[in-house]
Amino acid sequence: MVNSATTQHAEIWQILETVMDPEVPVLSVVDLGVIRAVAVDVEGRQVRVTITPTYTGCPAMDMIAMQIRMALLGAGYEPTIKTILSPAWTTDWMTEKGKQQLQAYGIAPPVGKSIDAAYLEDLIVPCPQCQSTHTVLVSQFGSTACKALFKCEECKEPFDYFKCH
Amino acid sequence: MATTKNEIDFLLHLADNALIIGHRNSEWCGHGPILEQDIAITNIALDYIGQARNVYQHAAELINQHADTIQLTQTGKDISLPVTEDSLAYLRDVVEFKNLLITEIPNGDWAQTTLRLFLLSQFQLELFNQLLKHEDPQVAAIVEKSIKEISYHVKWSQDWVLRLGDGTEESKRRMQNAIDAIWAFTGELFIQPEYATAACLNYAAIQTAWNQKVSAIFEEAGLVIPAKTFVQKGGAIGMHTEHLGYILAEMQYLQRAYPNSEW
Repeated sequence: MVNSATTQHAEIWQILETVMDPEVPVLSVVDLGVIRAVAVDVEGRQVRVTITPTYTGCPAMDMIAMQIRMALLGAGYEPTIKTILSPAWTTDWMTEKGKQQLQAYGIAPPVGKSIDAAYLEDLIVPCPQCQSTHTVLVSQFGSTACKALFKCEECKEPFDYFKCH
Repeated sequence: MATTKNEIDFLLHLADNALIIGHRNSEWCGHGPILEQDIAITNIALDYIGQARNVYQHAAELINQHADTIQLTQTGKDISLPVTEDSLAYLRDVVEFKNLLITEIPNGDWAQTTLRLFLLSQFQLELFNQLLKHEDPQVAAIVEKSIKEISYHVKWSQDWVLRLGDGTEESKRRMQNAIDAIWAFTGELFIQPEYATAACLNYAAIQTAWNQKVSAIFEEAGLVIPAKTFVQKGGAIGMHTEHLGYILAEMQYLQRAYPNSEW
């Protein structure tokens, strides 16, 4: 079984792909970018998953940790979940697939990179419904701490924007 | 051991600041001027409670490691070991809290609430940028995480200072009144507490940067900094206004009345 460790790693990542963000149920924790490391012991039973919170006060994090535990227990593993704060989570770690899924769900994905700090300036966020760029910021804080509230001037629909962070 | 005691006190200072300003902001929940801003300030409160949790957790870890050499409380009513984030938040009394006075004064109107957040978050941004170089990697990690959130708090509160200051006659009057009411509490921001001994700290530099940024926004908004005022201080060493007792009474009631209850 030369490849067993690699195969198991792949299997664990597949399981993690099925664990969804409770606030944004189309986005898996892998696509969200909160999984920082996966380690399996030699016997292939004990798994250590390292996660990082999106926002320090995010109430979804406890639930995410519990769901990861349940998913891995269900597949016969003995999981431990470790939370680290540094390096701090950034929307840059969200996958392209994740961004497309957000868009399809009706939440505008983060625009730009958090690293250039332009995320605090006035942004042009395309409407996820009609793709118009004629949109206006209503509030820096939306239905959750990670989102801002926008309104589309074209189709008149309000929408959430996943803030660059 | 003096170093560890100082670090614990400094961590409690940071955590208490976050908890009390978080509690004050949460008082707006359901009372904001419009729904979107009600949600915004409640989210900001949540960020602060999250920060407080991270710092209390780290402080609790240090306290438990050094429990035999450190006297935790001044009143002699020792919290039972091991301490947790919850016992630090819910079972300490007024004189043990080390938050700055500016965090505990009442919300006042919307102008005073947003102004206080602007003055405080601008200070925290400068302070936390220095703490990125803290020799304890966990402190550096906590502030690295917090800085991203505080940047949004600064942006949001600064927009309100500009909007009200440069708005109608009524909104300008309210924002200027808020400045006149709060200004006496800003001096304490720059008094380095004795336990703030980390090498990365330079309060004079924080003050210079803060003065520049605050003056620039006030000038743009047409607001005036009051002539020299008396500096209200003491929060960082446990000497509080009468307001903190009422906050703690509300916040700690459940744990005091029904010890160890959970829901």
